[in-house]
Amino acid sequence: MSPVLAGVLQLLALIAALALVYVPLGNYMAGVYSSDKHWRVEKWIYKGIGANPDTEMRWPAYLRGVLAFSAVGVLFLYLLQRVQGALPGSLGFASIDPDQAFNTAASFVTNTNWQSYYGEQAMGHVVQTAGLAVQNFVSAAVGIAVAVALVRGFARARTGELGNFWADLVRGTVRILVPVAAIAAVVLVACGAIQNFSGIHEVGQFMGGSQQWNGGAVASTEAIKEVGTNGGGIFNANSAHPFENPIPFTNLFEIFLILVIPLSLTRTFGVLVGSVKQGYAILATMATIWIGFTALMMWTEFSHHGPAFEIAGGAMEGKEVRFGVGGSSIFAVATTLTSTGAVDSFHSSFTGLGGGITMLGMMLGEIAPGGVGSGLYGMLIMAIIAVFIAGLMVGRTPEYLGKKIGTREIKLAAMYILVTPALVLIFTAAAMALPTPQNSMTNSGAHGFSEILYAYTSGANNNGSAFAGLNADTQWFNTTIGLAMLLGRFVPMVFVLALAGSLAEQKPVPATAGTLRTEKPLFTGLLVGAILIITGLTYFPALALGPLAEGMAS
Amino acid sequence: MTTDMKKHEEPMSTATPTRAPHSDVPTGHRPAEGRVGAGLFDPGQLLKSLPDAFRKLDPRVMVKSPVMFVVLVGSVLTTIFSFKDPTDWFGWAISAWLWLTVIFANLAEAVAEGRGKAQADTLRKAKTDTVARRLSGAAEERVPGTELKIGDLVVCEAGDIIPGDGDVVEGVASVDESAITGESAPVIRESGGDRSAVTGGTKVLSDRIVIKITTKPGETFIDRMINLVEGAARQKTPNEIALNILLASLTIVFLLACATLPPFAEYAHKHLTMVVLVALLVCLIPTTIGALLSAIGIAGMDRLVQRNVLAMSGRAVEAAGDVSTLLLDKTGTITLGNRQASEFVPVRGTTEAEVADAAQLSSLADETPEGRSIVVLAKEKYGLRERHQGELADAEWVAFTAQTRMSGVDVDGRKVRKGAAGSVIAWVQQQGGTVAQDADEIANRISEAGGTPLLVAVHDDQGARILGVIHLKDVVKEGMRERFDELRRMGIKTVMITGDNPLTAKAIAEEAGVDDFLAEATPEDKMALIKREQAGGKLVAMTGDGTNDAPALAQADVGVAMNTGTSAAKEAGNMVDLDSNPTKLIEIVEIGKQLLITRGALTTFSIANDVAKYFAIIPALFAAVYPGLDKLNIMGLSSPDSAILSAVIFNALIIIALVPLALRGVQYRPVSADKMLRRNLTIYGLGGLVAPFVGIKIIDLLISLIPGIG
Repeated sequence: MSPVLAGVLQLLALIAALALVYVPLGNYMAGVYSSDKHWRVEKWIYKGIGANPDTEMRWPAYLRGVLAFSAVGVLFLYLLQRVQGALPGSLGFASIDPDQAFNTAASFVTNTNWQSYYGEQAMGHVVQTAGLAVQNFVSAAVGIAVAVALVRGFARARTGELGNFWADLVRGTVRILVPVAAIAAVVLVACGAIQNFSGIHEVGQFMGGSQQWNGGAVASTEAIKEVGTNGGGIFNANSAHPFENPIPFTNLFEIFLILVIPLSLTRTFGVLVGSVKQGYAILATMATIWIGFTALMMWTEFSHHGPAFEIAGGAMEGKEVRFGVGGSSIFAVATTLTSTGAVDSFHSSFTGLGGGITMLGMMLGEIAPGGVGSGLYGMLIMAIIAVFIAGLMVGRTPEYLGKKIGTREIKLAAMYILVTPALVLIFTAAAMALPTPQNSMTNSGAHGFSEILYAYTSGANNNGSAFAGLNADTQWFNTTIGLAMLLGRFVPMVFVLALAGSLAEQKPVPATAGTLRTEKPLFTGLLVGAILIITGLTYFPALALGPLAEGMAS
Repeated sequence: MTTDMKKHEEPMSTATPTRAPHSDVPTGHRPAEGRVGAGLFDPGQLLKSLPDAFRKLDPRVMVKSPVMFVVLVGSVLTTIFSFKDPTDWFGWAISAWLWLTVIFANLAEAVAEGRGKAQADTLRKAKTDTVARRLSGAAEERVPGTELKIGDLVVCEAGDIIPGDGDVVEGVASVDESAITGESAPVIRESGGDRSAVTGGTKVLSDRIVIKITTKPGETFIDRMINLVEGAARQKTPNEIALNILLASLTIVFLLACATLPPFAEYAHKHLTMVVLVALLVCLIPTTIGALLSAIGIAGMDRLVQRNVLAMSGRAVEAAGDVSTLLLDKTGTITLGNRQASEFVPVRGTTEAEVADAAQLSSLADETPEGRSIVVLAKEKYGLRERHQGELADAEWVAFTAQTRMSGVDVDGRKVRKGAAGSVIAWVQQQGGTVAQDADEIANRISEAGGTPLLVAVHDDQGARILGVIHLKDVVKEGMRERFDELRRMGIKTVMITGDNPLTAKAIAEEAGVDDFLAEATPEDKMALIKREQAGGKLVAMTGDGTNDAPALAQADVGVAMNTGTSAAKEAGNMVDLDSNPTKLIEIVEIGKQLLITRGALTTFSIANDVAKYFAIIPALFAAVYPGLDKLNIMGLSSPDSAILSAVIFNALIIIALVPLALRGVQYRPVSADKMLRRNLTIYGLGGLVAPFVGIKIIDLLISLIPGIG
């Protein structure tokens, strides 16, 4: 079988698997967020944190919940790393420096999982399991909760109430993320991923010399790392490491895990707003971009010319032989179009254009399908913008899902789309204008610029993948990327929740023949166009000086 | 676009208000093309508005449009930098075109406003200082019109200009309202009833009336009208504000993209000049829609004014586009004002021709429209020549009166009568005849079908008897069914309002093709209906004229008051139709939609334009340092300078090119939202992607011909 065919077949198998679970998982999640029963374990948790899960919250209260919970998470994670040296089960690793501890705390609480440390050389079992892994669950649950709050804003009328943050947080964790991750972990263990708490082993190498291997709760971390679109692995090599991702099947399975919740959430959305067709339209938009990007990536990685590439069957540098160009391309696109940032290959080693595709994926705001929850709300914001611009062309003031998009709504949506470009561009410009940050580059020229552009794009969009090559463990990068992650996560959430509150207060406008049909393919096409033009073009000059300059050179 | 424009081109004149001729008022169905969208545009107006365009360069004015304000600041910056390097032709050329971009934007707004100004001048002439004859007790004193207070009583006689808005409390007069409506035929204004309102500035032609002033001087109808058409009272509408916010945020995004570019470029060993950065910024921010946005709004209001509709708020015009329920009065809107004879039904033992003959004969003395229609039907359907009263020498005519409700003739010993069932039956019985049983049945059948039965009776040598029944029915205006079908396709529900009984109402509703009807409607019923629709999230539009319509007019999202109506009604509605033509409600909705479509179309066009500009400018900036980027120069532009300049020139010229479209509004056809979106997306979305590629290439070709450049 040719590598190209193998890649295409993998993609098709992936699509089939995702299609299979779409309806059941989507419906199940809709049930989770609309049920009025509490599980026993949930009741214990509510008692433990002193929350009443049955009170309805208006948007400011919901937002306070999100921010307070996340602030506590950052603080706890920071302190845990700072005292690591004194904790048992830390494999003898020292405490983490303040700037890196801040960066890592911000990173895991924001669902980014940017890692400026080498996992196997810095973080012991306690921090990995009690700190980072916990955030892998709850930061994902926070994202879904905010998305569900926005969906409730559309679904509800004449109320400002958006549900209960604590109930949404706990249910998302207990009923969705834990069970799905548990099943996934078992599958991964069965396929050869490791799961233990053993120490560091010295292993002799074939060619002489020796290597250090650590154990860890790898399979379980790997499972939630993908399911929660987190991306922070135990090992620095991330999903390229055989302990995390041993065989081609686990590779495909991990891609499946990355995409399954964000895609199925469109079904949840459809069910909750009372029209699964609206969910399909959003799904179609996400799928169009995702499949389009994947096809482009395969094309650029396979068609690269030069003797080395032709012998290898494509651009194999930085890719694992067991995954090949196809598996690596699919993974790279999935991880950057979601907020995952796990990698099974080195994006820096992709062709110039291939590297550009990973960056553009993040720059679109990670909405196709995006991070768990954050992808859905990001896409719904873009839908609001598209409706606002093009919806006028049917001769009515814009409305989406029966809600008017008026001054207040567009103000919040407009501020939402301002945040990440501002963070990415301003921080990148600062790094390029100052003398020292450029010392972190491994490469010169356009590729060196890409390293820095990628870092801030990844941070502000809460992706977490790195272009490799950049030495990000400096005070400058730890601090600025840390800030980009925090601001890029929580400022948009403020606007999303305020928007949800505003929508929930409206009375619905009934659909007539004069209403813009947002469930039709025409709208999907329009939405794809709006995303590419409005978000994508913002970064065009920057991309031209990085990946485009490099990719077009040959 | 060009040919379409020509068709509607009419010379503008400052002497007469630019409004559609009155024959233009639709009485039925007209072809879709040109029903709305027939705004006027005269290229000469561009030149005339040039001074205003320069006046608008005031930064305090410009700042209201964030997009154009950025262009203004950019123009100033590039000009300053050009002075620093005065030998650089490129800097001067970019500066010049940036200034032109700003001027073109101001010009668009000035032209839109100019059309209203001409009209305001005409109105001002009508608002000459008047002397009012104020009554205090029985005495009369002469005071300036500006000193009148609400509640004052003033007298107006033939030849007087009415000094202020008010209601007639005494007397009847014919009034010339041409100053406001443009209609030269005088109208009757009388105390009591729904025709009591008079407007300041109009002229009494006959008789004497006493008017109670209802408006403060300076806030009269004519004052408001002047403010309105001049745009002085113009406030941004909600959707316009929202769009401005989005445009501002896109501007900020592109500002960031350009402001952060220098350090990226320095790293690549490329120094970007301020001129180039500003050029890039201006090309990327949505200048096309930013420049035309306010002109679109003004022109939308103006299109209403051209149809003699005054919208008291821009919000109402937008709401008109959103209307999903139309309440239409039956009489005058759906049906012709009067019922007409449609058939003659004989009772047993007589023939249809006999009935027709008797009906015609007995209706000759009936001058009411119903009576005339009987004569016409007999002539058209039975070939009965219309006889004139003079032909029958010794006939004795019985004219129709409201008291007898019967008309007829006594001739050659034969007495013929026709009229309301009760009156005719009483007459037959009084003449000693008997009433045929089936006459009653026929009359009932006609009633049930929504018609009005008139009986025809004769008293001759065979005695007095009923001959048959005339079926009078409401005649639905031609083309209304198609109009309602169109509205349905647009997602608008029509509800017919009538005082008729439910049976009659149902029959007419079915014939006209409205979606629903409200029979035996009282003002309270109307109000309840509006509230019910609104509770379901629908926007309701209605027309009204009477004082008892006022609450419903105020409640409706779009309430169009007839100018003939009471001041209470005019006060309550948010639009006034100077022609008092209730059918116009449909057009108002269409104009509202057209306004929104124009706004959306130009926004889409503007944003889609960016793609091509990137392909022009990015390779021009960076191909020198990264030669691979020259592959992006898919237009094959001749030189970097020419590429950037071409993009800037295209950006400026497209504004002027789209001014006619902004003022006229995009072509509007009543079709479903799906079709409309597909059509507009193709034209303005795809067109917006492709047009600049072509335009920039052509401009580049022209520039490359200039010696010394390129």
